[in-house]
Amino acid sequence: MDTLETIKKRFSDRIINIKIHSDIRIYIEIDKKDLLDFAKFIFNDMDARFITATGVDNLDSMEVLYHFSIDREDVIVSLRVLLDREDPVIESLTPVVKGALNIEKEMYELLGIKFLNHPELKRFLLTEEYPEGVFPLRKDSQKGKK
Amino acid sequence: MVLSLRKKALKKSLFVFHLSTGSCNNCDIEILDCLTPRFDIERFGITLAGSVKHADVLLVTGIGTLKNIERVKKLYQQMPKPGFVVAIGSCACTGGMFRDGYTMAGPLDKIIPVDVYIPGCPPKPEAMIAGIVKLLNSIK
Amino acid sequence: MKKVIVPIGPYHPLFEEPEYFALYCDGERVVDVEWIAGYNHRGIEKISESKHWDQITFLVERICGICSTSHPIAYCNAVEDLAKVEIPERAKYIRCIIGELERIHSHLLWVGLAGHFLGYNTVFMWAWKYREPILDIMEMITGNRNHYAMMKIGGVRRDIDDAYIPIIRKILEDLKPKLNMLTNAVLDDPVLAARLKGVGVLTDKDIKEFGALGPVARASGLDIDVRRDSPHAAYDLVEWKVITQNEGDVFARAVVRLLECFESMKIIEQCLDNLKGKKGEISIDVRNIPPGEGIGHYEAPRGECFHYVRSDGTGSPLRHKIRAPSFNNIPTFKASCIGETISDVTIILAGVDPCYCCTERAIVAYDVNTQKKILDGSDFIRLSQEKTRKIEKEIGVAPSRWEEKNWERDN
Ligand code: SF4
Repeated sequence: MDTLETIKKRFSDRIINIKIHSDIRIYIEIDKKDLLDFAKFIFNDMDARFITATGVDNLDSMEVLYHFSIDREDVIVSLRVLLDREDPVIESLTPVVKGALNIEKEMYELLGIKFLNHPELKRFLLTEEYPEGVFPLRKDSQKGKK
Repeated sequence: MVLSLRKKALKKSLFVFHLSTGSCNNCDIEILDCLTPRFDIERFGITLAGSVKHADVLLVTGIGTLKNIERVKKLYQQMPKPGFVVAIGSCACTGGMFRDGYTMAGPLDKIIPVDVYIPGCPPKPEAMIAGIVKLLNSIK
Repeated sequence: MKKVIVPIGPYHPLFEEPEYFALYCDGERVVDVEWIAGYNHRGIEKISESKHWDQITFLVERICGICSTSHPIAYCNAVEDLAKVEIPERAKYIRCIIGELERIHSHLLWVGLAGHFLGYNTVFMWAWKYREPILDIMEMITGNRNHYAMMKIGGVRRDIDDAYIPIIRKILEDLKPKLNMLTNAVLDDPVLAARLKGVGVLTDKDIKEFGALGPVARASGLDIDVRRDSPHAAYDLVEWKVITQNEGDVFARAVVRLLECFESMKIIEQCLDNLKGKKGEISIDVRNIPPGEGIGHYEAPRGECFHYVRSDGTGSPLRHKIRAPSFNNIPTFKASCIGETISDVTIILAGVDPCYCCTERAIVAYDVNTQKKILDGSDFIRLSQEKTRKIEKEIGVAPSRWEEKNWERDN
């Protein structure tokens, strides 16, 4: 539980909510303006490994989860950020973690989340002909469902 | 007459070109497996061609994603005729479990005409060889 | 200065999926790499939302044909984490056996293809021949050569019968000397050493920045392995060690992969010992998946597979995120290819093992200014193979007769 204590000590007042699923799975909800500070601390100072990010469409909000793994303690910390569904915009993580480049591109085109300061936000997986403004992973897009 | 002569020549040694259009690559590995010592299809005179322009048979795996269809069509046009198209695996034959996906453009026979279907997920190398043999027998 | 863009792909023998790389070259040197993906994008994450929890094991199996048991294990781990269930001991051992058998066949496949790109077709044929017995074991115990359908939420689908155990042992025993021979042949070869050492180096800093995983990370001295760091299945019940190397070049990656095969054999043998003569449950019933979220990961042959699932208590997940290891490994080309020559790029790309697929070469190089074709697919492999021949001459090793014959025939 060192991990959680360290994060709590550093950012005591900026954590919105903590969900401890089990000893090794921790979800921390933060505000979107704090993301870079948290990510820098966890990635650089705590020497974590960036796994990936997950975008989720909650119908009333957009959610982005950034998963970090602290291998020596076998803990996965997920930073949860809630965004406005109509206009999901968030600071890009790529300047801090190079490995976030492609996953942010993927979220941009499949979920329509915009990342500020991202070096090359453009189509990555879908064809050029795929209609603009249709985001297949959003819940209201029916293609891919029975 | 010209055509039948060509077909006759074709039967002696098939050059195959392998093309994946959004597969899980297992079918592709099984195709490669056919070339390796255990199955060794070269003993039947079948060999993998380096370019579609030398190929008699197009072995296609995968569902045919939206991004791929143009390329598949192009490659089919480039293949010298008479040529044959073999759909390998459930994906290429029917779309399999990906048929509802949002990038699905296939199955293959919606994109290009198909001569032989080899179902299975993945079909065993023996099944592929059997399929090719059936194809050879059907050439008249 | 005239820069040339060399597109690799989308149809290229190195990639599982048709994938596209644009190499920006200045003369012989590569100055930048760009990755354009999506030729193989099938929308599995969306399809998963319409399937039942139990069906998804079959779906995730079909993400990749080589890691076709790693994804189900990672997915089952995720759902088991969500539902907080512990699987029976016997199931743990069986999971390990299947996972490790897959690792051996996947690494052999890599060795073979890497050999092919260097112009060593003998290695290709050897490695693929020795891979067959492993597939035979798979067919015997699971019913299929690939896509085993063994994993199930709460355990495994089939038991390994006692009668099979001596047969599996025999096959593995027979394989060991051959694998030994192959390992020695590859690692002691002066030409391969000259060709692979110091090529495509990734430092541990690069690895951390890109989040690279698996043998790629371990070859650069990063001691990470999900099997040990996050014990699940039976990995904490058996003895084995994590193989690491410090050089970070393609040769080190080959060493890691080859030595890992032997570790895998060790694990399988210990697991078989623990299965023999014992009876026990192989799975528990997991009927309802409660609302919540779960994370599971597993060390696939290429690195960590990561699955995230979220449930709302119904029959299918609300969201299912999948991260395959190559997604993190492929961008490292930006660090490893830059500054290398074109003839080395093939093997650097292969060194990461980006999930192979096509046998065919459709790489074409166009001159940026004139749009004229200057190189095509077979040229690429030819360039790579030519370099090997050149080194052979310099060192004074004669290529085997068989290789030479093939070389002449192909060119
Ligand atoms: S048919 Fe099966 S093995 Fe072949 S590509 Fe499709 S999913 Fe993979």
